[in-house]
Amino acid sequence: MTDLAHIRNFSIVAHIDHGKSTLADRLIQETGTVQDRDMKEQLLDAMDIERERGITIKANTVRIDYVADNGETYVLNLIDTPGHVDFAYEVSRSMRAVEGSLLVVDSTQGVEAQTLANVYQAIDADHEIVPVLNKIDLPASDCDRVAEQIEDVIGIDASEAIQVSAKTGQGIHDTLEAIVHKLPAPTGTLDAPLKAMLVDSWYDAYLGVIVLVRIMDGTLKKGERVKFMSNGTIHHVDRIGVFRPAMQMVDSLGPGEIGFLTASIKQVRDTRVGDTITHEKKGADKALPGFKPSIPVVFCGLFPVDSAEFEDLRDAIEKLALNDASFSYEMETSAALGFGFRCGFLGLLHLEVIRDRIEREYDIELITTAPSVVYHVYMRDGTMMELHNPADMPDLTHVDHLEEPRIKATILVPDEYLGDVLKLCQDRRGIQMDLTYAGPRAMVVYDLPLNEVVFDFYDRLKSVTKGYASFDYQMTGYRTDNLVKMQILVNDEPVDALSTMVHRDRAEMRGRAMVEKLKDLIPRHMFKIPIQAAIGGKVIARETLSAMRKDVTAKCYGGDATRKRKLLEKQKAGKKKMRQFGKVDIPQEAFISALKMDS
Amino acid sequence: MAEDWQSGGFGLYVHWPFCAAKCPYCDFNSHVSRQIDETVWRDAYLSEIERVSAETPDKVLNTIFFGGGTPSLMSPDLVAQVIDAARRAWRWSNDVEITLEANPGSVEAGRFAGYRMAGVNRISMGVQALNDADLRRLGRIHTVSDARAAFDIARGEFDRVSFDLIYARQDQDLDHWRRELRAALDMAVDHLSLYQLTIEDGTAFADRFKAGGLRGLPEDGLAADMYDLTQDVCGAAGMPAYEVSNHAAAGAESRHNLIYWRYGDYAGIGPGAHGRLTLNGQKFATEAPRAPGLWLKKTRSGNGETERTALGQQDQAYEYLMMCIRLSEGLDMRRFERLLGQPLDPDRLDHLVQLGLVTVDGSILTATPSGRTLLNSVIAELI
Ligand SMILES: Nc1nc2c(ncn2[C@@H]2O[C@H](COP(=O)(O)OP(=O)(O)OP(=O)(O)O)[C@@H](O)[C@H]2O)c(=O)[nH]1
Ligand SMILES: C[S@@+](CC[C@H](N)C(=O)[O-])C[C@H]1O[C@@H](n2cnc3c(N)ncnc32)[C@H](O)[C@@H]1O
Ligand code: SF4
Ligand SMILES: [Mg+2]
Repeated sequence: MTDLAHIRNFSIVAHIDHGKSTLADRLIQETGTVQDRDMKEQLLDAMDIERERGITIKANTVRIDYVADNGETYVLNLIDTPGHVDFAYEVSRSMRAVEGSLLVVDSTQGVEAQTLANVYQAIDADHEIVPVLNKIDLPASDCDRVAEQIEDVIGIDASEAIQVSAKTGQGIHDTLEAIVHKLPAPTGTLDAPLKAMLVDSWYDAYLGVIVLVRIMDGTLKKGERVKFMSNGTIHHVDRIGVFRPAMQMVDSLGPGEIGFLTASIKQVRDTRVGDTITHEKKGADKALPGFKPSIPVVFCGLFPVDSAEFEDLRDAIEKLALNDASFSYEMETSAALGFGFRCGFLGLLHLEVIRDRIEREYDIELITTAPSVVYHVYMRDGTMMELHNPADMPDLTHVDHLEEPRIKATILVPDEYLGDVLKLCQDRRGIQMDLTYAGPRAMVVYDLPLNEVVFDFYDRLKSVTKGYASFDYQMTGYRTDNLVKMQILVNDEPVDALSTMVHRDRAEMRGRAMVEKLKDLIPRHMFKIPIQAAIGGKVIARETLSAMRKDVTAKCYGGDATRKRKLLEKQKAGKKKMRQFGKVDIPQEAFISALKMDS
Repeated sequence: MAEDWQSGGFGLYVHWPFCAAKCPYCDFNSHVSRQIDETVWRDAYLSEIERVSAETPDKVLNTIFFGGGTPSLMSPDLVAQVIDAARRAWRWSNDVEITLEANPGSVEAGRFAGYRMAGVNRISMGVQALNDADLRRLGRIHTVSDARAAFDIARGEFDRVSFDLIYARQDQDLDHWRRELRAALDMAVDHLSLYQLTIEDGTAFADRFKAGGLRGLPEDGLAADMYDLTQDVCGAAGMPAYEVSNHAAAGAESRHNLIYWRYGDYAGIGPGAHGRLTLNGQKFATEAPRAPGLWLKKTRSGNGETERTALGQQDQAYEYLMMCIRLSEGLDMRRFERLLGQPLDPDRLDHLVQLGLVTVDGSILTATPSGRTLLNSVIAELI
């Protein structure tokens, strides 16, 4: 146990890619927590998918020991957080476990949308904030300008911002000193009843569920019986430890400390982040405030390409859900796709990550249907149903009206691209709420339908601004609008997996875009194929995919039989990756690609 | 009961892997070599014929085909020794067809007489185009007049002479091809092979094509129209297609190639040669190494094959289907069903009939002319 005065707990927050994980690397290395030979870039990004995409998805905690210039040894608990907006929830709950934040800003880029979003969260959590200007090794680095921006846009003092290169290690010592001297020590009472905040939990194949805790008051010891206050369950603590970043067992954790416990818990679902853990006997009587739960906002269907793999898919989804409470699922049946699951995600990146993991770790090929948000359907009889899947849209004669989720989007963009950004937001049915300037950059705030954003808004934004805009959003609430269900008919048969909800005024445009896209995505067949978009029974857009003209091998003799047969068998296997709708094969990627709009 | 292969017959394929120059579109197993010791090759061919015939003592030989490469680079004496060995090795049917592929760049009158005396009775010549500009673009080392001269020499020696053309070339349009085809029909005896140019992986053309070169190749639509035109023009001239790319007057078909398409048995001898042999009721696919040196070496240790794979029911059924549906005589669905153990899917068959791509007459399934231009898709739909 460490005395409170020698503990510092902090999160590292920043816009995506500004260098949080690399800074964490240097702090770990500088303090000798990990041997040089065991070091690798973005050490904490351990998941395959994180390493491959070069992004952090899961927040990670590390305990490091630092001997400061004043000769004293401090225990530092750092939490590296993800930058992408889909995982904002990881940041917010991490912040609840610590007293301060290192606000990393890329000094070649400046303040971006997630910089702002994170600062506001840090302020909400009463954090002391230490600004860190990163990437000063790069020629484009401009610390003065960025410091000024931090003061102007965020309104915090940046005069003592630390200039750092997380790449070369320059400024790391200063950072460590600032952590010790600028961030407050935690508070807590040693002899009070135990109050441990359940910050995070995940499943480990060997140890079962691992629970990350921050001790607020009291002491947690190995072998004790503890109570999870939200549901009253009692558990026997098998192990206690800290991350350095490998697990290291300890006997106890005291106030202000961050560590983990295991207690033979089978499912992540049996633990609730934000819960308070106390002793079974003589426990605390009042729980900590707790966190707002994360809720899935994007839904889509996941179906196995090979319908025989449905049970494998169920297994994979259940296992992944064990480890990710923000991901929801329920069984779904589709006329064309057979059995699958309707799954809910925090955003499109979250969706992609889960889908990739199922395909890779469980080796199941998937068909992903059009992502949708959750609509509120108000029925004539006064009841309301949540619509997660356009295919379930009730008969219109029973429907009174529909509401859709809206968001508040904040976009930072250099002045020269402002016009394009405004047009994009306008095209997506946005309502401008605010427009201010921070130097040459504009900050626009829009009220937008989530439905228009969820899918390809971010891609479009990046492309119209050549990557110079940044974007963040928060859900605000529901609003009534003129929404209709658009069906797609391929070869005169409706394909339920391609149904979408659209605004009536934009239906023709979206319908036309979709049928044109599908015309490119569906391979030519031996016959011509009409592709139509329809609302109710009325066709609003139509394209015809003409028949294939030539597909024959000119020379085929005795030496070709083997090769041609193998080709045929491969082709046959390839066909399995498509789904048949009537007589038409639709490739799996079509279900998502058809929705991407070029404007 | 008769074995399945007997519906196709039995032939011998002999591969000669050398050419005077490598054509940029060609993915055949052909090499350019300065030094070729024919005695070594003779020994290799003869020992292979002996080895295979020892396994197939009861088969009756219907055809021999010297393919390549450029077999017209073989000396008549070597060709004669191979033919003699085959005569000793198997019983022969009446009137064995013996074809030799010839390249117009390497033809001398004397040689052709020698081939005829060796027993060759049919020549297939690679003319490829009937205009010099296109011959150059195809990388051929001969001109149209070389080809005509060579063809005349061959005709002087042989009753059965066929030639090959490659069409759907760069910048070729329908009119251009119609004129060229008419000229070809004027020149032809009773057999013609007309191949649409295919960009084959691993060839110089493939590299050029991937790099954005070879512009002006016809789109699928135009290529399909060219194919249709070919059917009309040749049909009217009394040389209808009996196979996707092969045309003949009745009775003048290549009997050797018919063995492939009717899914008979054939011994394949030489580098990269494939065979299909039914031994004790089981059909095998055989294959030899492609590299000439390696093949020679293997033959010296007694066996030129590298692989011999037993073909399962499904393998045989699929091969039969994809080979035989190429023929205008069509395939026998009863034979297919015997091979696979189950019939073709009636729904899929019906769908193809509805689309006008195949016709069914009793147990005979035939691709229609439009089905033939989509044959790969038709086959894929059927299996
Ligand atoms: N030149 C230079 N590159 C840096 C520096 N710090 C980080 N980078 C690079 O910036 C990229 C992003 O770094 P990360 O540490 O993964 O950024 P992050 O903020 O953790 O990103 P997310 O977790 O995805 O939000 C990587 O390519 C790093 O190598 C620096 O000081 N100088
Ligand atoms: C083995 S070659 C025959 C003879 C000889 N070597 C010659 O080229 O004159 C068989 C025939 O296949 C055809 N062929 C070869 N490569 C082709 C390709 N890439 N596309 C279309 N036809 C091709 C040519 O017409 C060639 O004559
Ligand atoms: S086309 Fe004929 S001559 Fe040309 S390389 Fe191929 S086999 Fe040899
Ligand atoms: Mg990171």
